[in-house]
Amino acid sequence: MSIILDHVNYVYGGDTTLAVQALKDVNLVIPDGQFIGLIGHTGSGKSTLVQHLNGLIKPTGGSIYFNGEDIHEQDYDKKKLRSKVGLVFQYPEHQLFEIDVFTDVCFGPKNLGLSKQETELRAYAALKQVGLEDDYFYQSPFDLSGGQKRRVAIAGVLAMKPDVLVLDEPTAGLDPKGRDEILDQIAKLKEETGITVILVSHSMEDVAKYVERIIVMNQGSVMFDDTPGEVFKHYRELEEVGLAAPQVTYIMQALYKNGMPVKTDVTTIEEAKQEILRTFGK
Amino acid sequence: MGIIRTDKLVFEYIRRDEEGNVEGITRAVDEVDLNVKQGDFVAILGHNGSGKSTLAKHINAILYPTEGTVWVDGMDTKDEKDLWNIRQEAGMVFQNPDNQIIGQVVEEDVGFGPENMGVPTEEIWERVEESLKAVGMYKYRKYSPNKLSGGQKQRVSIAGVIAMHPKCIILDEPTAMLDPNGRKEVVRAVRGLNDVEGITVVLITHYMEEIIHADRVFVMDKGRIAMQGTPREIFSQVEKLKELRLDVPQVTLLAYELQKSGIDLPDGILTVEELTRALLTVQS
Repeated sequence: MSIILDHVNYVYGGDTTLAVQALKDVNLVIPDGQFIGLIGHTGSGKSTLVQHLNGLIKPTGGSIYFNGEDIHEQDYDKKKLRSKVGLVFQYPEHQLFEIDVFTDVCFGPKNLGLSKQETELRAYAALKQVGLEDDYFYQSPFDLSGGQKRRVAIAGVLAMKPDVLVLDEPTAGLDPKGRDEILDQIAKLKEETGITVILVSHSMEDVAKYVERIIVMNQGSVMFDDTPGEVFKHYRELEEVGLAAPQVTYIMQALYKNGMPVKTDVTTIEEAKQEILRTFGK
Repeated sequence: MGIIRTDKLVFEYIRRDEEGNVEGITRAVDEVDLNVKQGDFVAILGHNGSGKSTLAKHINAILYPTEGTVWVDGMDTKDEKDLWNIRQEAGMVFQNPDNQIIGQVVEEDVGFGPENMGVPTEEIWERVEESLKAVGMYKYRKYSPNKLSGGQKQRVSIAGVIAMHPKCIILDEPTAMLDPNGRKEVVRAVRGLNDVEGITVVLITHYMEEIIHADRVFVMDKGRIAMQGTPREIFSQVEKLKELRLDVPQVTLLAYELQKSGIDLPDGILTVEELTRALLTVQS
C-alpha cells in the first residue's frame, strides 16, 4: 500500500507561450507510515507536487498510483481518494466557515455520506487527536487563537480518516511554542495511528527534528531523497538552491574544521549535544 | 526624545456578538512605555496574541491609543494634521508580500508612494533607483512582480516604503512566508538600511536568529513589555523565554544544554563562531 509517482511531468499553460514546466520527471515511492519532509525554495514545485497526490492536478505526463491503482483511470473513484489523501493547505484556518468548531469539523465526513452518529464520532475523535479542549467545541471558530484555528482545520481533514496526511507549512505564522505544539501533536498522531505524514516546510530545524526522510525539490525535479543526516551533508548545494541546513549542522561543521573530532551528520540539538559531550569524555 | 516614543499606551477593543451587543473589552496593549532612539535596530518578540502587531500599528497611526500617547519624531499620532507626515516618516511592511504590491512592473510599484506624495516626476525616478539599489533589486526593475520569489517581492515592498524617505520602518513578520534564502535576503536588506542609511528599524518576528544583531529587544506578553535588553541579555534567559512561548536560536539552546551538562560555557552565546570559540577554549 503506497503512493507511486512514475515519471510525472506537469506543464502549466502548455498551449501558450508562457508554458512553465513545474514538474520534471518525478519518480517517488511513498510507502505507508513514513514521516516525510518536503523542502524546496519558493517556486520549486512542492505545492504542485502535493496537489498531484490527491488528484487535484492531473499530470501532463506520467502516472500516479495509489494502492496499486492508477488514479487517473476513467472509473477511478476520486472522491474516495480525496478522503484517503488529506491535504491541509497553507493558512487552513482561512477555510473555516461554520458557526461552531464541532460543526465545521463535521463538514467533511458529512459529505462522505456517513450517518450523523458516525460523523459526530469522527469529528469528536479528530478534535481530540489535535489536542483541542472540549470547552472550545461549541465556540465560533473565529474566536479562537491562530494556533487553535489551525488545529480545527487539521481536525477537519483528519475526520475524513485519511491514510496519508499532507500538510503545507502547517506552522507558518505561529509563535515558537505554537510551532512545537502542532508538530508534536502530528508526531504523536503518526505514532498512534501509523498514518503517513508529508510535511512541507521552510524550517530546516523542524524538518530535521521530526521526519525520517527528506525530499528536496529544485526546479521541478527531485534533487535529494534521503535521511536528514545524509541530505544536510549537502548543505553547500542546498544553499545554492535557496535552502540551508539546520543551524546545528553548521556548528558541527565549524567544530570539525577547527579540529574537534565530532561527527558532522547530526541534525538535531539533542544529537549535537550527545556528540559534543562524547568528545569531552562525558 | 526618541524617534518613536509611547507613554502609557493602552489599546482596548470591544468584542461584540452577532447582534452587535457588547460582550466584553479586550486590552491588547496595556500601559506600554517605549522609547526608540533614531538609528536603532529594535526587535519586538512575543507569542501570537501578545499585542506586538497592535503596538506596531500605533507607530504609523493605523490604530490610535485608547489611553496614553504615541509620538513619532515628536508628532502626536492623534493629531490629525500630522497624519500623512507620520505615515511618510514611519513606513510599514507586512507579512504577505502579495498583499502589498500593486504595480504591474517593479519600478512602478516602488514609485507609487512618492507619486502619491506629490514628488516631482524626475525625483520619483531617482528615488525608485536608489531604493531598489538599497535592497539589491535594481536589476529586476523592469520585471513583473509576479515573476519574483517571495523574498524578492518582500524586498520590493521594502523599497516601496523607503522610496518615501521614512525615518523609520516597521516590519511585521516580514519573513513568515519565506523560504530560508528569502529570509536571509530580507534580513540582510533590512540590516543594510539600518547600517548604511541610518534608518530606524522595528522588526517583529518569530524567528529568533533574525534579531541577534538588534540593538535592543522587547518581549511582549499580555499586552505588556515583559522583558527588554540586548539580544545577549534576553537570550541568556532560556527558561523565561520558553514560559513566554518563545525560543532561542538553536546555537544558544545547544550552548545552554551543554552548560547544563557541566561544560563551562558563557551565557547567551548567539552565533556559531562564538560557540566554536568557547568550546575550543574549554577543550584546551
